[in-house]
Amino acid sequence: MSLRTPPVPHDTKTTDFGGWEMPVEFDSIRTEHEAVRERVGKFDVSHMGEITVSGPDAERLLQRLTTSDVGALDPSESQYAAITDEHGIMLDDTIVYRLPADQDEAYLFIPNAGHDEEMYDRWVDHRDEWGLDATVTNRTEEYAMFAIQGPDSPDLLGAETNVDLSELSRMDVVSGTVAGTDSLVARTGYTGEQGFEVLVPWDEGGTVWDALDCQPCGLGARDTLRLEMGFLLSGQDFDPEEEPRNPFEAGIGFAVKLDTEFVGRAALAGVNVEGPEEKFVGVRLEERGVPRHGYEVQNTDGERIGHLTSGTMSPTLGEPIGLGYLPAEYAGEERSVRVLIRDEPKKAHTTAPRFLP
Amino acid sequence: MSFEIPDDCRYLESHEWARTENGTVRVGITDFAQDELGDVVFVELPEVGDAVGIEDAFGVIESIKAVSDIYAPVSGTVTGANETLIDEPELVNEDPYGDGWMIELDPDDEADLEDLLSPEEYREQIE
Repeated sequence: MSLRTPPVPHDTKTTDFGGWEMPVEFDSIRTEHEAVRERVGKFDVSHMGEITVSGPDAERLLQRLTTSDVGALDPSESQYAAITDEHGIMLDDTIVYRLPADQDEAYLFIPNAGHDEEMYDRWVDHRDEWGLDATVTNRTEEYAMFAIQGPDSPDLLGAETNVDLSELSRMDVVSGTVAGTDSLVARTGYTGEQGFEVLVPWDEGGTVWDALDCQPCGLGARDTLRLEMGFLLSGQDFDPEEEPRNPFEAGIGFAVKLDTEFVGRAALAGVNVEGPEEKFVGVRLEERGVPRHGYEVQNTDGERIGHLTSGTMSPTLGEPIGLGYLPAEYAGEERSVRVLIRDEPKKAHTTAPRFLP
Repeated sequence: MSFEIPDDCRYLESHEWARTENGTVRVGITDFAQDELGDVVFVELPEVGDAVGIEDAFGVIESIKAVSDIYAPVSGTVTGANETLIDEPELVNEDPYGDGWMIELDPDDEADLEDLLSPEEYREQIE
């Protein structure tokens, strides 16, 4: 199977991510990471899915397939949500945008890379099963998506758009132009910095990308930036096959609105009462080494208690950090643990998943 | 992209270089290898006195994005390990053939070096 490619040809190292051939780094992960934390950087995230939902039952369909309260969204607002199966296991996480009134479509949601077809099918199948009147369209290859992130992002993007970015609150989305191209501009991101994501017509991707005059960043820096914030990576920190987790385990209970009706609600109501047995935690290594996906975590007696799902050397902290699942009693307070690296137990302690203040 | 491949080194297909100075073989990873790995953040090296076999993994190098074993170009006894890399692993990126060296070996048989790739052969491999 050939890889899908973004609209902009990037002359740099690439990697297969969710079936897409995406830039992994342009200069170096550290350089790109620092640019975003200290100034501004741009990411081509055109591998993210785009699915629009419109029609009389659009809100009901989205409400019943995501864990958040879609009914609470006004036009030009968005929210983070999980997409769960009937057991409350996360299939993906997403941002649901209620589009501005001047747009033809009512809602847009963003599945992760490689999940767009699966989520399109899920929406269409449930629509038909429930007899709802909604039009669902997979527009993944109609939209290029770029993230502009970092403290200088309002100035950088502000110079190229007719949108008054100072009027945009977190999670807002508006229509406007970027580099003269009709776009959606949202104050969202995956880095923990102030920043924006713009959706532009696929064929205009190159024009907009080239107009954004700042450090280009690859998926490598995107990963280290999100890891420092404890943000989940779909397919790695949770995955219905490899790492089946519910939103309470994964630390995103805030995105579960049990007073709404959705697939998985009954199962999650039970988890909410009993509390999850395991929780998503941060782990900081006290010895040299780099925690990685899949590494075993032990208690101080050398017994296996869990494993890491992500890890790296934090460019901001200069220290090794990891994320993973441990028994719930290890969450919430600092506990001594060991991370097994090449059969050597390394001293570590638990923290909140978010490593930066 | 053009990578530095010094004429005074011999090379392994796994991207290590070996350079002989006064009977000692100094070992590191190539410019191409450091570029592929990206930002090096951790290096694990053997102790002085350890014996290493030809093409044995004698150490581990980790960048932000990847973990890689480092292989010995010849068998011998470790006579030096670059301790500076513990605190400054980025030297591997900045100066792979100089301050970013990894270990020094007393080779069991110096003639083994002749079995390694020449600079020209290594250049052909990566281009």
